[in-house]
Amino acid sequence: MKILVCISKTPDTTAKIAFTDNNRKFAADGVQWILNPYDEWYALVRAIELKEKDPATVIHLATVGLADAEPIIRKALALGGDEAIRINIDSTDTFVIASQLAAVAKEGGYDLIFTGKETIDFNGATVGGMLAELLDIPFISLATKFELNGSTATVTREIEGGEETDEVNLPLLVSCQKGVAEQRIPNMKGIMGARTKPLKVVEPVSVTALTSIVSFELPPAKAGVKLVSADQPEELVRLLHEEAKLI
Amino acid sequence: MVLVYIDQYNQQIKKTAFEAANYGSQLAAKLGTEAVGLVLGSSNNDLASLGKYGLKKVYKVSNDALNQLDTQVYTTVIAAAADSLGADIIVLSGNVNGKAIAPRLSARLHAGLVTGAISLPDTSQGFVVKKAVFSGKAFANINIETAKKIITVSPNAFSHQPGEGSAEVADLQVNVPTAKVKVLSSQVASGQVPLSDAEIVVSGGRGLKGPENWGMIEDLAKLLGAATACSRPVADAHWRPHGEHVGQTGGAIAPNLYFAVGISGAIQHLAGVNRSKTIVVINKDPEAPFFKAADYGIVGDAFEVMPKIIEAVKKLKQ
Ligand SMILES: Cc1cc2nc3c(=O)[nH]c(=O)nc-3n(C[C@H](O)[C@H](O)[C@H](O)COP(=O)(O)OP(=O)(O)OC[C@H]3O[C@@H](n4cnc5c(N)ncnc54)[C@H](O)[C@@H]3O)c2cc1C
Repeated sequence: MKILVCISKTPDTTAKIAFTDNNRKFAADGVQWILNPYDEWYALVRAIELKEKDPATVIHLATVGLADAEPIIRKALALGGDEAIRINIDSTDTFVIASQLAAVAKEGGYDLIFTGKETIDFNGATVGGMLAELLDIPFISLATKFELNGSTATVTREIEGGEETDEVNLPLLVSCQKGVAEQRIPNMKGIMGARTKPLKVVEPVSVTALTSIVSFELPPAKAGVKLVSADQPEELVRLLHEEAKLI
Repeated sequence: MVLVYIDQYNQQIKKTAFEAANYGSQLAAKLGTEAVGLVLGSSNNDLASLGKYGLKKVYKVSNDALNQLDTQVYTTVIAAAADSLGADIIVLSGNVNGKAIAPRLSARLHAGLVTGAISLPDTSQGFVVKKAVFSGKAFANINIETAKKIITVSPNAFSHQPGEGSAEVADLQVNVPTAKVKVLSSQVASGQVPLSDAEIVVSGGRGLKGPENWGMIEDLAKLLGAATACSRPVADAHWRPHGEHVGQTGGAIAPNLYFAVGISGAIQHLAGVNRSKTIVVINKDPEAPFFKAADYGIVGDAFEVMPKIIEAVKKLKQ
């Protein structure tokens, strides 16, 4: 069984969001980068759990990005990936990113591909579906549970106000969110071992972007809170009814 | 032509599909073209009434195999429909199914995709669509460079209200491939507003001390026709189901009114709710960061304040 986990680096959840270059670029100076939480906590950990059940499983990691992505790749290796591939290109177009991953995935011949449900910077939720299409394999998005029985997967996915459980044969691509697994912390043995695990750098395939970022904006500042006394909570209800007209 | 995919659950049109229809028809009007709808599988709705959302025509592919989602099948059918109708823009809801279908369709048609649009495209220079990024802490204006374009519409960013009109309904013959995904079961909680669709959300945090105290959250939600949500530690402790967890690593919502009770307002929590149009915070700590993001607030003990709010809402609703 060969699993590919697609991982990505994102700014830390507390990073200051600001832009440079006439609001065309994210101000990355001094920003702490982390492994995208959905990729780490759910996609990667579920792959590791599958390997713990079936030690013959091999977990490859793939990321599209420049050399500054290596710390997050090492962290993913420390958690439990076996080998990593970095495709050496920086792009904000998700079709370009998915196409790079597709080239790697075709070469590797994976039974199962996991991604996180989205990255916490671009919130696109697009790479997984595009990659599945480029590989012509089924895609289940927003999974909250994943079970494997031989070459048949049972996947529960989020739907509005509930969930749906699907059955599908491998090969398969699943985008993962909360419920699929529980966050883990790398241990010392993992961290030491990660240093010597293979990290291959490959050059990108040539693909034309379908989109481009014109500019970024910050949301307008809030006007400030209107406080109501705790002795008169009914005043809050009156304001929401008469002033805000929301209830 | 703008083709709007109309998403359904259990053969019922979803609220977000009405939003997508309104978006698609406003976009078509802006471009001087027309918007048509596409319904897959059977439907219990009167499809002609989609005309009230500005759709001139609604095409249906009545094949029961389409009553369940297989993204490969859906992509093939929507791509074929767009091709035969000559549609160059496809609009979908940015909901669970839109997230599953749109990226595939983008790769299939080589059509640039922007997910989660919050306004109509700016066509003064190119085709620039605005969406929230960095978990609602910023917006990006993204140009679609290709002739064919796909947009998914962020839930609750556009009106789902009907206007006037009636659509012509026609059958569309499209080859439906065999599904590889078999749906074993699906459940939705009955009598509850789904969090993703809700216009009002009442949410609780660790300040509520334990799951046994959620009655006041549920009571207020029920009175307001609202959905319930919670902070991450609350879901992690299994006080509430995972589906209620909102924030940077849970659901992102944009209701008209978000009621936060006993939630500190950590940056990761705000990231999932900062696009709410109005935020009300009830917290006993005046220094709680949530007050900085709030529109209305009460500094007080939720256990004292909430029962009084519930009483006042009851009176109002009488
Ligand atoms: C990488 C990462 C991702 C994260 N993702 C998320 C996420 O997606 N969503 C999320 O919510 N969190 C997330 N967190 C956690 C986040 O940092 C906070 O720890 C969490 O939001 C705190 O939850 P809380 O406000 O319910 O609890 P607390 O921080 O414990 O706050 C409880 C609040 O209740 C108030 N309170 C106590 N008693 C009362 C009372 N009787 N009446 C009124 N108020 C009272 C207190 O004053 C306090 O402000 C994430 C953290 C990290 C590091």
